[in-house]
Amino acid sequence: MASENNVTTTGLLGWIDTRFPLTKLYKEHLSEYYAPKNFNFFYFFGSLAMVVLALQIITGIFLTMHYKPDASLNAAGVPVAFASVEYIMREVPFGWLIRYMHSTGASAFFVVVYLHMWRGLIYGSYRSPRELIWIFGCAIFLCLMAEAFFGYLLPWGQMSYWGAQVIVNLFSAVPLIGPDLSVWIRGDFVVGDATLNRFFAFHVIAIPLVLVGLVAAHIIALHEVGSNNPDGVEIKKNKNADGIPLDGIPFHPYYSVHDILGIAGFLILFCAVVFFAPELGGYFLEFNNFIPADPLVTPPHIAPVWYFTPFYSMLRAVTDLFTWVMVASAGLGALAVLRARWPMIIKGGAIAALLVLAITFRVFDAKFWGVVIMGGAVVILFFLPWLDHSPVKSIRYRPNWHKALYMVFLVNFFILGYLGVLPPFPFGQAYSLVGTVFYFAFFALMPIWSRIGDFKPVPERVTFKPH
Amino acid sequence: MKKLFTSFLTATATSLALIAAPGVFAAGGPVALDATPAQKLSDRAAMQNGAKTFMSYCLGCHGLSAMRYSRLADIGMTEEQIKAVMPPGAKPGDYIRTSLNRTEAKDWFGAAPPDLSVTARSRSSHSGAGTDWIYTFLKTYYEDASRPTGWNNKTYVGVGMPHVLWDAQKSKSPAEFDSMVGDLAAFLNYVSEPAQFSRKTIGAVVMVFLAIFFVLAWRLNKVYWKNIK
Repeated sequence: MASENNVTTTGLLGWIDTRFPLTKLYKEHLSEYYAPKNFNFFYFFGSLAMVVLALQIITGIFLTMHYKPDASLNAAGVPVAFASVEYIMREVPFGWLIRYMHSTGASAFFVVVYLHMWRGLIYGSYRSPRELIWIFGCAIFLCLMAEAFFGYLLPWGQMSYWGAQVIVNLFSAVPLIGPDLSVWIRGDFVVGDATLNRFFAFHVIAIPLVLVGLVAAHIIALHEVGSNNPDGVEIKKNKNADGIPLDGIPFHPYYSVHDILGIAGFLILFCAVVFFAPELGGYFLEFNNFIPADPLVTPPHIAPVWYFTPFYSMLRAVTDLFTWVMVASAGLGALAVLRARWPMIIKGGAIAALLVLAITFRVFDAKFWGVVIMGGAVVILFFLPWLDHSPVKSIRYRPNWHKALYMVFLVNFFILGYLGVLPPFPFGQAYSLVGTVFYFAFFALMPIWSRIGDFKPVPERVTFKPH
Repeated sequence: MKKLFTSFLTATATSLALIAAPGVFAAGGPVALDATPAQKLSDRAAMQNGAKTFMSYCLGCHGLSAMRYSRLADIGMTEEQIKAVMPPGAKPGDYIRTSLNRTEAKDWFGAAPPDLSVTARSRSSHSGAGTDWIYTFLKTYYEDASRPTGWNNKTYVGVGMPHVLWDAQKSKSPAEFDSMVGDLAAFLNYVSEPAQFSRKTIGAVVMVFLAIFFVLAWRLNKVYWKNIK
């Protein structure tokens, strides 16, 4: 049964506290949540992601008040959905501001989340005991991609339409059930009104609901184990007599005022885009998307928005040639298994499985494997906590060549992203192939390379210079 | 940390430089676009001229269906001036729609003439602004007997639209014609986003506010953190 709770507050707060753990929650998550004092620039992006989430939800609510998910044509021959966006831009007071905040917010969300993920990657924030925080985070990233994809169809421009067409068509490459699957997703044989309405439903309620739940789980898990920091030192190992970490400071007020500074900086950049360059040269709002969706006219070049382009490059890299690379990787895997000191039965089974896989690489359509590679590029992130075997968490205490490798990984990701914006061309295709192999090798071989090299000694306490 | 941060910035900068360098990988573009005279884009008189040109030359086939006639007040037209350019039977609160029948137009031109509400945005590309495309397009018509209309265009090869401004081009000096087309482009630029002018004004105020807010946030942070040793 409910245990006796120790309520020390009085008055209204006391009344609430005997019925709801308000003060307890406030202490656990704000005033007595001890965070390491050595956070750096990269630690702004978690709170910024929350700010952008709130912005997207609030602006989104106001947009749905005037947006109409309707693919039929109005009297002027313009699709109703497209016209309703222009109605918001012109006739709804400050509708343009709400719309630009939402469209810029979509890109801003990916900017802050990519930086947040990069932070986790370099400081080993996914290592024990923070595996679940990382997994919830990866699930958030996946949801965010789905959310952005569904939302991008809604303005019903040419890029909305054909982008959705291309991505949904990918599912038709799934062996056996593919064609039926893609019809099931669209609700029609082509992207149409049924698709628009279901994407609207997913965008405004289904995915946001999951997203908010995952964010809550992400933060609860974080506050359970405590934050990592740029040194990768566990601050809970050194506590004072009251059980407070020596290197920890209360989140409120120290990090609340700190995050307000981050929010101020972020808003300056965000508002500069919203007010002075809402299209951001065609990267945030694509020019072709100002042409209403036309099922009969395929645009010469269909490019996803910038945040999907690294993965889009990987998708395009998977041609017939790439399936041979995959066969070769399976072969190398089989060789590695052969040399492993495992029981014969397991060895035989693993080698047989790899060989069967190698055959399917050639039997199924390269388009299908493209989808698998694109999805796999995100899915592999979930396994990161078990791929990294380095003796230290933070990149600060790793060998210099590890640092170089992480930088190569970053530049490679940017180049893949850039190539994904462009129409395919021979050098780009060749690079995408190499870049995709590098991306996967970075993770797949991490159990081996992450142990190698001269690691620097990790200090007992965090390194901190008073401001 | 400093070193790591520097190398992170270097890596990002390198990558961004790659992204920013246009034409490193990109193939050659179409016809070079003439820039719309910049001062026209914020000149109300130019936009009003463009509105008049639009109503007399373009509205027969193209609508601006996202706009109401009454919104022309935004660019300084009086009620009388607006009524003077409206087609017979239209009311100020009506959307600017063409009376052309879309099905018939398809038979005549091969495609229904598009609505031009946001064309100044959709025609933007990495080779120039949408207005530059409109400005160049309207100036690059040439006679071509092989086309059904007798006209072709260097910017939009095989265009279905004939050279509607032909009589204007014939009766004006090249400079006058360029100015007329520039006014039209400026008008279509305004129509593509009527909020663009107030957007920038409000933006300036917002930036000033945020700059002050940033300084306060920075000082506040400093005050709290001086206790942390």
